[in-house]
Amino acid sequence: MADVNRGNRPLSPHLSVYNQSYTGTLSILHRLTGMAMAVAGVLVVWWFLAAAVGPDYFALADWVLTSFLGHLVMIGALWALAYHLCNGIRHLWWDSGHGFELEQVRMSGLVVLTCSGALTVLVLLIANL
Amino acid sequence: MVELALPKNSRVRVGKTWPKPQGKNLRAFRIYRWNPDDGQNPRIDTYWLDLDDCGPMVLDALIKIKNEIDPTLTFRRSCREGICGSCAMNIDGINTLACIKGLDEIEGDVRIYPLPHMPVVKDLVPDLTQFYAQHAAIMPWLETKSTPPEKEWLQSVEDRRKLDGLYECVMCASCSTACPSYWWNGDRYLGPAALLHAYRWIVDSRDEATGERLDQLEDPFRLYRCHTIMNCTRTCPKGLNPAKAIAEIKKLMLERHL
Repeated sequence: MADVNRGNRPLSPHLSVYNQSYTGTLSILHRLTGMAMAVAGVLVVWWFLAAAVGPDYFALADWVLTSFLGHLVMIGALWALAYHLCNGIRHLWWDSGHGFELEQVRMSGLVVLTCSGALTVLVLLIANL
Repeated sequence: MVELALPKNSRVRVGKTWPKPQGKNLRAFRIYRWNPDDGQNPRIDTYWLDLDDCGPMVLDALIKIKNEIDPTLTFRRSCREGICGSCAMNIDGINTLACIKGLDEIEGDVRIYPLPHMPVVKDLVPDLTQFYAQHAAIMPWLETKSTPPEKEWLQSVEDRRKLDGLYECVMCASCSTACPSYWWNGDRYLGPAALLHAYRWIVDSRDEATGERLDQLEDPFRLYRCHTIMNCTRTCPKGLNPAKAIAEIKKLMLERHL
């Protein structure tokens, strides 16, 4: 494509002007929750590692992860897992060729958001029993 | 590659505000301008129109601005009825055809940009060279191997029906330039428009090159950069569903490996 962008042509604005709406937003959330889970996974491994190292180190790691901020991060990671799981099922449904009408896409997005929220609350309730 | 910010020469500056006319139903039009001859960055110019004295569509407004306010405003248009695909642009944050987008559908200022993430030739005119090359790459014609029939290649009503929702595409490029995957990987990902056309020929009962067509698409980038973001389907001014067409291609890929 040698003649594309000849004469120092500017690139037209994209992210800054495009209305992503629910389609783009839910899609990028899938990727962000995937990355967030990886980070949370490292934290959990760190927690186990600390337990293997010794009681003093474990106390520190446990303090960090069960602090207010730690709880916030872990609850966020829990929701990320729930969202990624639910939206993954939505992707499987798409891969089978279903649910491509815009109304269905909107509905399945709502279902994913609702289910991921409900799953998070459910796990929290069970964990606190 | 993902690049969230615009290159230096592409950053948009505040441009000229044109005088307000008399009238009750005034609307501001904030329009992207870039002149290849003055060496300046792109800018947003503001024009005012009295909508009581203007046609109903965004294209009517653009033509009125060009005729009566600023003859240098540059854009493509032809049929003014949504069949040629020339006047595709980003209006109010979404790609569509200016000729079939009603001014009454837009609240507040009317913001008009060229199709996103494309090299700009001038003002609202993007360079579609690569987009057309991608269309050519999917072989948008009937490929046959058997001896041609005496008259035309026949097709049952049922088989013809499979092309509905595909053949109507006018190649306006709204969908491809709405797709973040196409923004970041447009050099290797074919994009929703080309893939919808690819499926249109794959599913055509008269075409005899389905295997070759699928071979050509079997590539991590050409086809599989589609992550079902669905911006293509949401933006299509013709109400088509490129995302579904791409999903059907992916299904065929899977089926032939089973």
